[in-house]
Amino acid sequence: MSRRRALFALALVAGTLAVVGLAAPPPRAQGPADVRAAADASAIARGRSLFVSGCSSCHGMDARGRPGRGPSVIGAGAAAADFYLSTGRMPLAEPRDEPTRAPPAYRRSDIRALVAYIAALGGPTIPRVAPQQGRLREGVHAFADHCAGCHQIVGRGGIATGAVAPPLQEATPTQIAEAVRIGPYVMPRFSERQIDAQTLDDLVRYVRSTRHPDDRGGWGIGNLGPVPEGMVAWLLAGVALLIVARLIGERTS
Amino acid sequence: MRRLWRLLLALVLVWRRRDAAPPGPPPDPSSRDTRPRPRAERVAAAALAIAGAFGVAFAVLFVVRPDTQLLGLALGVALALLAFALVLAGKRIVPQEIAVEERPELVREEDEAATAQAVAESGEGVSRRRLLGAAAGMAGAGLGAALIVPISALGPNVADRIDHTPWRDGVGLAYEDGRPVLADDVESRALITAFPTGADPRELGSPVVVVRVPVTELDLPARRQGWAPEGLLAFSKICTHAGCAVGLYRAPLYEPTSRGPALVCPCHYSTFDVRRGAEVIFGPAGRPLPQLPLRIAPDRRLLAAGGMSGSIGPAWWSVKR
Amino acid sequence: MKVEEPVRWVDERLGASPLLRKAVRYVFPEHWSFLLGEIALYSFVVLVASGIYLTLFFSPSSHPVVYHGSYVPLQGTTVSESYASTLDLSFDVPAGLLVRQTHHWAALVFLVAIVMHLLRVFFTGAFRKPRDVNYFIGVTMLAVAVVEGFAGYSLPDDLLSGMGLAIAYAVVMSIPIAGGNLAFLIWGGQFPGSDAFEPRLFIVHVLIVPVILAGLIGAHLAVIMRQKHSQFRGTGRTARNVVGAPLWPAYALRSLGLLFAVAAVLTLLGGLVQINPVWQWGHYQPWLGTNGAQPDWYLGWLIGALRLMPPIELHAFGKTWVPNPFFGGVLFPTVVFTVLYMWPWLERRVTGDRLRHDLLDRPRDRPSRTAFGAAFFTWVATIFVAGAADRILVRVGIPYEGQVWFFRTGAVLFPIIVFFVVRRTCRQLSDTGVHPLRGWTGAIVRRTGRGGFDSAA
Repeated sequence: MSRRRALFALALVAGTLAVVGLAAPPPRAQGPADVRAAADASAIARGRSLFVSGCSSCHGMDARGRPGRGPSVIGAGAAAADFYLSTGRMPLAEPRDEPTRAPPAYRRSDIRALVAYIAALGGPTIPRVAPQQGRLREGVHAFADHCAGCHQIVGRGGIATGAVAPPLQEATPTQIAEAVRIGPYVMPRFSERQIDAQTLDDLVRYVRSTRHPDDRGGWGIGNLGPVPEGMVAWLLAGVALLIVARLIGERTS
Repeated sequence: MRRLWRLLLALVLVWRRRDAAPPGPPPDPSSRDTRPRPRAERVAAAALAIAGAFGVAFAVLFVVRPDTQLLGLALGVALALLAFALVLAGKRIVPQEIAVEERPELVREEDEAATAQAVAESGEGVSRRRLLGAAAGMAGAGLGAALIVPISALGPNVADRIDHTPWRDGVGLAYEDGRPVLADDVESRALITAFPTGADPRELGSPVVVVRVPVTELDLPARRQGWAPEGLLAFSKICTHAGCAVGLYRAPLYEPTSRGPALVCPCHYSTFDVRRGAEVIFGPAGRPLPQLPLRIAPDRRLLAAGGMSGSIGPAWWSVKR
Repeated sequence: MKVEEPVRWVDERLGASPLLRKAVRYVFPEHWSFLLGEIALYSFVVLVASGIYLTLFFSPSSHPVVYHGSYVPLQGTTVSESYASTLDLSFDVPAGLLVRQTHHWAALVFLVAIVMHLLRVFFTGAFRKPRDVNYFIGVTMLAVAVVEGFAGYSLPDDLLSGMGLAIAYAVVMSIPIAGGNLAFLIWGGQFPGSDAFEPRLFIVHVLIVPVILAGLIGAHLAVIMRQKHSQFRGTGRTARNVVGAPLWPAYALRSLGLLFAVAAVLTLLGGLVQINPVWQWGHYQPWLGTNGAQPDWYLGWLIGALRLMPPIELHAFGKTWVPNPFFGGVLFPTVVFTVLYMWPWLERRVTGDRLRHDLLDRPRDRPSRTAFGAAFFTWVATIFVAGAADRILVRVGIPYEGQVWFFRTGAVLFPIIVFFVVRRTCRQLSDTGVHPLRGWTGAIVRRTGRGGFDSAA
């Protein structure tokens, strides 16, 4: 008798956990450093020494890259350095790993120093965005056009052959703009010619809105569509109605 | 261990059987329990009353504050309580009876024989059955065709419509808002979606994706030299597998530690190598994405230099490789 | 008012008392697993009721309009009337979103119940003569329900459903020789089709298929009434009788209670758990797509098949004889439904059993049938999981290409393993008399020190 009840309870619990697990966001990472490219010479020097000890094994002592391990960072600019370091994508454990969001390996002051050093080597500065000037309607349109194919229409992330497009709920406005302008890892790069400054504001506004999507229909179950919906149909409704049937009907004598 | 239990079980059964009475008619399982259950009746009445209250709540909310969650809760709880009351009534309040009914015999020999005979008799005196049968068959075929043929009025002729696209030599590439696409817009590692100027963007042959790869890395099929000026490549955006929009561009920043540039379809992950003319390198697509030859006008506008290299979209009978 | 008066009223006008007499005393066996079909039936009732409300507000037209409803992010966007009216239903019609979501949940649960019911019918051997006729009606209803659900969620013209229609178009096109013509016929031209497509899809979904389904359900119930329901073995139950509760009052009340319980579950889901938030997906255009697009669950087996299929297309003499989507989209479901339809005949051939059966089997008493059914289900389920689990598996570190190979191998290997494991388990359960869930419920006999036997329950 108790074995059966235990099994039912286990199924219900497992079902709920599975649905919640699918809807749960990935573990929170530390917030990004709010960095400005400092022209301070001491910052650059400190940045260089940090670079030599933490980055040169793949990017070379002279920052020109090492074949088969890491690209040159000359011309990458403060934008790239800030993006990769503040999202914890760099340093990378293995050159062939896919860089993914993680708690940053460096303190904010160290990130500032590293960014100062990389910026001194030339390249795009950290983009400025004003999400409050972004228009949500245009942002929806631009995101559907340029981003949804990889990142999913509500920014929940997606997959491709050879890469994972991450969910975007944790990205700050600056990080979103940096990623759009750099095209990190295998993401395409969108310069001002493809996405101008106003459209970028619109995009950032939309992406930030996906942290709290309009879920007026109830529990959003991850905003992932039919897969969690099917799980609810089987593991919530199906189990509930099975229990109801068991209560109404008889067992074999 | 199991064999031991089986042996013991067999012994027990034999032992029991020696004492058992000879088998009689199957025991009658019918029963009828009409004991009153006042508590169940009270609970059911309460459930019905509360259900009514929730029903009223639904009506009020509908007019005053039609919030989806509140409405769903109100109506759902009302229905659940009603269900509870009905099941309680059905299992505890009304007489609980186990009844026995006889199962009908489905086969009735005399009726079957009589029916078969009646049908057979209906053919008495009909001498040329095969002639009539063949003629009836011709009538059926003819009338059947007459009934089915009007369905073809529901659709246009297929003919060569499947291969038609608005792309011709000289047609300019434009963004969705109609602005012309300039060659310099398509920077390295960028992804552009473009349409033929002046054409219906919803037509399946219209949307193309445009990318740029270094000229030295191009490895296009024969007869496509000159299709990619400055390394600009344009392909139909409609996947040749099942028609989804190929909106995923894998554009490596540093190729030695990642993968090569490819267009990927998000539906079933068909992967197309852009440097080799969108050749399929993974996934179920059976043919490459058709390529659109490009040329650059003197004012740097991007123009088509001809029609697509093959049929666009998912394949069907007349599609050649 | 005495009870005789309404009965007299009906009898004086319709002469129905012999019928009513039989109906009132009609006996239903009470096992809980016989209620699964009723759950499906009552989901259908909820579908029709909620669907009627939706038809009063939905506008099935691909004519472009500018959206001016209350959902701000889409205001001013040019969308189809279908999409705009769905947004209006969701935002500006009181209880509109509740009814829309209840309707969609009811569709998903309708199919859950049908599948559970099919499994019960299969594993207890209820499809045997004389019920093979009803079994065919049931399998047909399964196919019709899948088509109806797909048509329903394709109506709002949102991004997900538009992508699904494009794939359906490709699958129809992949039918050898006739596919292109058939696709042009259905869509009124090349995808996305003519203006006639959307209204025709609507009529199929709200009129043609519901009438077919209602007719099949009526036939299904009529056959049950004629043959009387099957039952499990037990005290006093023989092949010549039916033991259970009479229709009136007990069974009718319980069944009515089940109707409202199904309605309650669906309404609670409809209000509390969001489904198909079309305003988040956005409207469909052929050049737009989203990652993670999936069909509703009951079509998951087909997306899995389409993804797992290697890139085979058969060409000859300048024609494409078999485009790739044919294998996953046409051949695979044809094989599955052919096996389902042919199973009663196959089992008759293999066992030589042509008798009438009204007593049901326990699955463990028919090891080969149970093992085959489990293996067949595993085959379909493995392909289903291949289509649905890509995101979860990537999250735990298995790249997509690896998944494809794992599931291709699994689709062959897992059914074989399941077949042998289940068959052996059934034989062991059957031999030892152990209940699969309750465990051993018999008496344990021990030998005492004095030489006698001692039994403890």
